[in-house]
Amino acid sequence: MTTWHVILIASAATLALKLGGYLVPAGLLERERPARIADLLTVALLAALIAVQTLGAGQAIVFDARVPAVIVAAALFALRVPFLIVVIVAALVAAGIRAFV
Amino acid sequence: MEERDTSTGRTTVLRDSVGVGLATAAYGISFGALSVAAGLDVWQTCFLSLVMFTGGSQFALVGVLASGGLAAGGSAIATAALLGIRNVVYGMRMKPLVDRGGLAQRIAAAWITIDESTAVALAQTDDRAARRGFWLTGIVIFVGWNLTTLAGALIGDALGDTRAWGLDAAAAAAFLGLLWPRLKRFQAGAVAVAAALVATLTTPVLMPGLPVLVAALVAVVVGWFDLFSRRSAS
Repeated sequence: MTTWHVILIASAATLALKLGGYLVPAGLLERERPARIADLLTVALLAALIAVQTLGAGQAIVFDARVPAVIVAAALFALRVPFLIVVIVAALVAAGIRAFV
Repeated sequence: MEERDTSTGRTTVLRDSVGVGLATAAYGISFGALSVAAGLDVWQTCFLSLVMFTGGSQFALVGVLASGGLAAGGSAIATAALLGIRNVVYGMRMKPLVDRGGLAQRIAAAWITIDESTAVALAQTDDRAARRGFWLTGIVIFVGWNLTTLAGALIGDALGDTRAWGLDAAAAAAFLGLLWPRLKRFQAGAVAVAAALVATLTTPVLMPGLPVLVAALVAVVVGWFDLFSRRSAS
């Protein structure tokens, strides 16, 4: 599998899902349980991605400059600082720690 | 008086759409830079923003590829697709409102059915305003997101050693930013903590990419049985 294969298959899948919402019979996902699972799925996937992106290094779990950077990011999101600024500050915190420690 | 109300309403839709649109489009910079850092080229990065055009899935795809490489390609596809499932729900909500006109217009509506276009539409009080909000927000983000993706990809290309610039931490912060607005309810918070724990604990024993998919099961279990819900189940 090449990178292009991954990109094409994943793009086709997500686009099909968008079209699917307009094609499935109304009411199927309006029911409480499927709607709740779809909602929580997003939360679980994003939380898992944060954990892996912050602590993972291949198959190892490491605590490095990413941890303080993410803690700073959480504090800034809590203070309602805009997304792009938080992302840049997080990068600067990690880069700063790596440069000076 | 009535006329003034209508024009005030129109201004509100315009302000909501452009405000949300520009703020969201700005994330494109971080996506472009992170995608190039993950090993995709500028074309591949721009293709994702044009065709996939759903931020969460795009960040997830390049995030999993960054940690697991092409060996994690299957997991990357699955994670992106699972994150795209919420767009099915949005499409069902938007269908009565925007599913009209020719085939091209209807496909375009589905294409721009994302978190923000749906949210702005749902925030309006009447159907006309909701329809305008949906299209305006979707189009502003589509144009902005693709331009900023290209800019971000070129910046990422120029940065070189992405770890030294802290781009790995930036990716984690980006996921946190996408998650943050979804944590208002206790159930969502509980799922987030449990999923993060499962992903962390399974990282040493599973192939890169799989821990995220295993953590998704937390949502299925909690959602199915409606655990940690403050409302009493009927």
